[in-house]
Amino acid sequence: MTVTKDDQHGSGRKPVDLSDPRLSRFEIVKEGARRDDIEIVTYESQFAGPNTKAEKRVERAIALLFLLAGLLGLVFLVAYIWWPWEFELGHTNSDYYTPILGISLGLALLAVGFGILSWAKKLLPHEVSIQDRHEAMSTDEDRQITGQTALFMVDELGVQRRPLLRGAVLLGLAPLGLVAAAPLVGGLIKSPHKPDRGEKSPMFNTGFNADLNEGKPVRLTREDGTGVRPEDVSVGGQITVFPGIPGGATNEFADSPTLLIHLRAGDAEVARKAAESDERNKGAMWGNYVAFSKICTHAGCPASLYEQQTNRLLCPCHQSQFLITENARPIFGPASRRLPMLPITVDAEGFLVAASDYRETIGPDFWERP
Amino acid sequence: MKRRKFDLASVPGKTAKGVDERLQVATPLRGLLNKVFPDHWSFLLGEIALFSFIVLLLSGVFLTLFFDPSMKEVAYEGAYPALRGTEMSAAYESSLRLSFEVRGGLFMRQMHHWAALLFMASIVVHMARVFFTGAFRKPREANWAIGIALFLLGFLAGFTGYSLPDDGLSGTGLRIASAIMLSIPVVGTWLSASIFGGEFPGELIIGRFYIAHVLLIPGGLLALISVHLGLVFKQKHTQWPGPGRTNSNVVGERMFPRYALKQGGFFMTVFGVICLLAGLFQINPIWLFGPYRASEVSSASQPDWYVMFMDGLVRLMPAWQIDIPIGDGYVIPPLFWPAVVGLGALTTVPMFYPWIEARRTKDYRSHHILQRPRDAPERTGLGAMAFTFFVIATLSGGNDVIADKFHISLNAMTWAGRIGLVILPPLAYYLAVRICLGLQQHDREVLAHGAETGIIKRLPNGQFVEVHQPLGPVDDHGHPLPLDYAGWVVPKKMNRLGALAPAVKGFFFPVEKPVEAPVSPAVPPVAGRDQREEITSGR
Repeated sequence: MTVTKDDQHGSGRKPVDLSDPRLSRFEIVKEGARRDDIEIVTYESQFAGPNTKAEKRVERAIALLFLLAGLLGLVFLVAYIWWPWEFELGHTNSDYYTPILGISLGLALLAVGFGILSWAKKLLPHEVSIQDRHEAMSTDEDRQITGQTALFMVDELGVQRRPLLRGAVLLGLAPLGLVAAAPLVGGLIKSPHKPDRGEKSPMFNTGFNADLNEGKPVRLTREDGTGVRPEDVSVGGQITVFPGIPGGATNEFADSPTLLIHLRAGDAEVARKAAESDERNKGAMWGNYVAFSKICTHAGCPASLYEQQTNRLLCPCHQSQFLITENARPIFGPASRRLPMLPITVDAEGFLVAASDYRETIGPDFWERP
Repeated sequence: MKRRKFDLASVPGKTAKGVDERLQVATPLRGLLNKVFPDHWSFLLGEIALFSFIVLLLSGVFLTLFFDPSMKEVAYEGAYPALRGTEMSAAYESSLRLSFEVRGGLFMRQMHHWAALLFMASIVVHMARVFFTGAFRKPREANWAIGIALFLLGFLAGFTGYSLPDDGLSGTGLRIASAIMLSIPVVGTWLSASIFGGEFPGELIIGRFYIAHVLLIPGGLLALISVHLGLVFKQKHTQWPGPGRTNSNVVGERMFPRYALKQGGFFMTVFGVICLLAGLFQINPIWLFGPYRASEVSSASQPDWYVMFMDGLVRLMPAWQIDIPIGDGYVIPPLFWPAVVGLGALTTVPMFYPWIEARRTKDYRSHHILQRPRDAPERTGLGAMAFTFFVIATLSGGNDVIADKFHISLNAMTWAGRIGLVILPPLAYYLAVRICLGLQQHDREVLAHGAETGIIKRLPNGQFVEVHQPLGPVDDHGHPLPLDYAGWVVPKKMNRLGALAPAVKGFFFPVEKPVEAPVSPAVPPVAGRDQREEITSGR
C-alpha cells in the first residue's frame, strides 16, 4: 500500500533515500508524513533566528511557570499536612482549610497547564499540514463481495431451507432470553398494593389507621411523640403532627405528616360550611381545628408554607397553592387534586386524635387512584 | 568468560525493534503520530466535558472509599455539633463524616460536584456548537445521537449522584422522582414500588442508586464516550472553511508534538479551574439541610442546574388532570406530561434531527466543512428556539427565588413562564432567521463594494461619498470585481485588511520591534496541493 502512495506523491519529486546520511531528521519526518498522505506545508519557527532575545524570554517565563507549580504544590502539601483541618465550631483557622487546598492545587495545575500551553503555542514552530480525508468509499465490488459473504453464511446455515430448525431455534431460545431477564424483573418487581401493615394496600392508608394502634384512634403527636392538646395551638397557628404510634414521625410513615391548623373563628365558619357540604370531608373538623395532609398531591413534597392571612397553603417545590377554607382545593400551580382532610376529634384525656384514617388517598396522584 | 560490552545507547533502538518485530506497530504508530487535527477554539468545548469526566472518575473513586450507601438509621455523634444526636441514615452520616472528618474530604466532594456541573455545562455548549455549525450532518449523524444519549446519561448520573447523601434536599428530589414514576399511566405504582422496594422511601433506594451511580451509569458513559471519540478519530474532525481547506482534506497540525501538548495543557487548565471552584465556592452544603424528613422542606429547593429545566416545566404545567371514567375511574395526573413525556421527547426527538434536516433539505452528501450559523438561517432559528425554550424552563425552575429577590408576585412569574414558553421561542426563531439573513446580506455587500474606509470624499458637485476599499481586483473604472462568498469571515474593517499593523506585543514594554503589516493577518498563507491533484487526475 505504501508503494502506491509513493507513486502518487513521489512523481515530480525524487523518492527519498532513507539511508542517505545527509538527510536531516525533519526530512525523514516529512517523508513519513508524505507516506501517510500528509503534506507539511508550513513548519517555521516563531522566532527570527536561533537564540533570539524573545525566545529566551519565553523560555524563562515557561520555566517560571513550572517552578511556580512546584512551589504551589509544596504549599498544598504543607497545608494538607499541617494546617488545622478538623472542624471546630465558630470562626477558626480550619475554615480556611478547603480554600487553601483549592487555591494552591488549582493555581499549581493552572501554572502547569499554562506552562505546557505556552510551550506548545510560543516555542514550537507554527505548522500547517494537509491530510487527505480519504473518505474513499469501499468500491461497489468490495461491497458486493462483503454482502455476498454475509449472505453465503446465511445460506450455509440453511436457515431458509430448514424451517424446522428455524422454528426450533426461535422456540428454544425465546424462553432462555426471558430467563436472562427473569431474575432481574422478578427480583425487583413488587406489588404496590400488597398489604404490609393493616389490611389495606399501603397506597391507601397512613399511620393514622387505627389498625396500627390496636384499634384505638391514633393521637396526633409532635415529632418527639408527645400528644397535642387543642390549647397548644394558638388561634391562626399551625403545627405539623405525626401519627402517635411507634416510628410515626420517621420516614417509615412518609405519607403521614399532617398539618394541624387552628383557624380563626370567621375562617372556621367558612371552612366548616365547605366541609359539611362535601361528602367526604363531612364532620372532619373539630371545633375550629382542621387537619390536612401535608404531602402535596402534585409531587409529594411537604406543602408547608401556610399564609395565615389568606388561608393559603403553598408547596415550595412547584408552587401549588391550596385554599384551606375550601377543603384545601388547589387554586394555583400544577396540582390538580385537593389535599385530603384528616377527620379529627379529642379523646377522653383531651388530646387530639384521628377519628379515622384519611378518607382520600394521600400524596402524588397515580393511575388507579379511586 | 569474556564479558560483552554493554552499549547503553543502542538499548532504545533495540527495544523498539524488538517490539515492532512482535507487534508490527511502527507503521500504524507513524500514522497516529502524524494524524492531522484542524484547530479552532470551539473544537475544545467537548474536551472540557472529557476532562471533567476524568476528574469525576478520579474524585468519585476517592469518595467511594468513605461513603456508606445504607439507609440504616443511626444517631449522629460526629464533629458537626448542630446535628449531634439527630437520627439519620448511615448514608447521610457517612457523607457528613466525609465532609468534616476526612482530611481533604470536603475538598474532594466539592471537586466531584463542581466537575459534574462543568461536565453537563460543557456537554450542552459543545452540543450547541455542533448544532449551529452543522457538524452533525452526514457522516456524523450517529455521533450526534450518541452525544444526546451522553447528555441523558449525564443527567441520570447527576440525579443519582446528588440523591446519595440522603440529605433534606436530595430526599425531596427522590420524593419527586417517585411521584414522577407514579404519574405514569397503568404501570406507575408498580414501577415506583419496584424501584423503591415498596412504598416511598423504603430502605433500598440509596443502595440501588449507589450501584447505578458508581457502576452502571459510569460504565455506560465510558462506553459511549469511547465510541464517540473513536468515531471522531475514524471520521476525522470537521473544519471551518478557509484557504486550502476542502471537503476532502484536513488542514491543521499533526497530533504530535504541538496538538497533543496543547491538549495536555488544556487538561491541566480545566483540572485547575475545577480545583479553584472546589476550594473557593461552597456547593451542596448538606449539613445545612439536615437529614431527609418527609415533613420538611425549605423554600428555594432547587435541583442542580441541568435538572432545573425539567423542574421548571413541571412548575409551569397547568393543572390539567385527565379522568378516565371506566370502572372506579382512572387518572392521568398533570405531572405525567412535563416530567415523563416532556423529558422523553426532549431527549429522544433531537437524536433524529440530522436525518430530519437531511430529508427536509434533500441533502444526502457528506459534509466535512462547517457552516457559519448565518449560512443556515432555519437551523439557527430552530436552535435559537430550542435555546429560548430551555432558558425559560430553567429560569422557571428557580422562579420562586427570582420572585423573592426581585419582589415579583410568584403567580406572575408562573404565568410569565407559561406565556413565555409558548410565545418567545417562535419569536426567537423569527429574530434569529432575520439576523442571519441580515448578516448574510452584509457579507455579500462588503464582498461587492469593499470595506468601509471611514474616508468621506466630497465630489466637485458637492456630493459626499464614502470611499470603499475593494477586497479584490477592480475593473477599468475602479469598481470592484464581484467576489464569491467563501463561507468564512469577510474582513469588514480596514485594520483587518492590513491598513494598520497588528498591535505591538508585550505587557510593559514591546517584546520585539513592531513588524510590518502582514499580507493576510491571522491566517498564514497556505497553498493547496494543486500539483498532486493534477498528477492524480492524469493517471
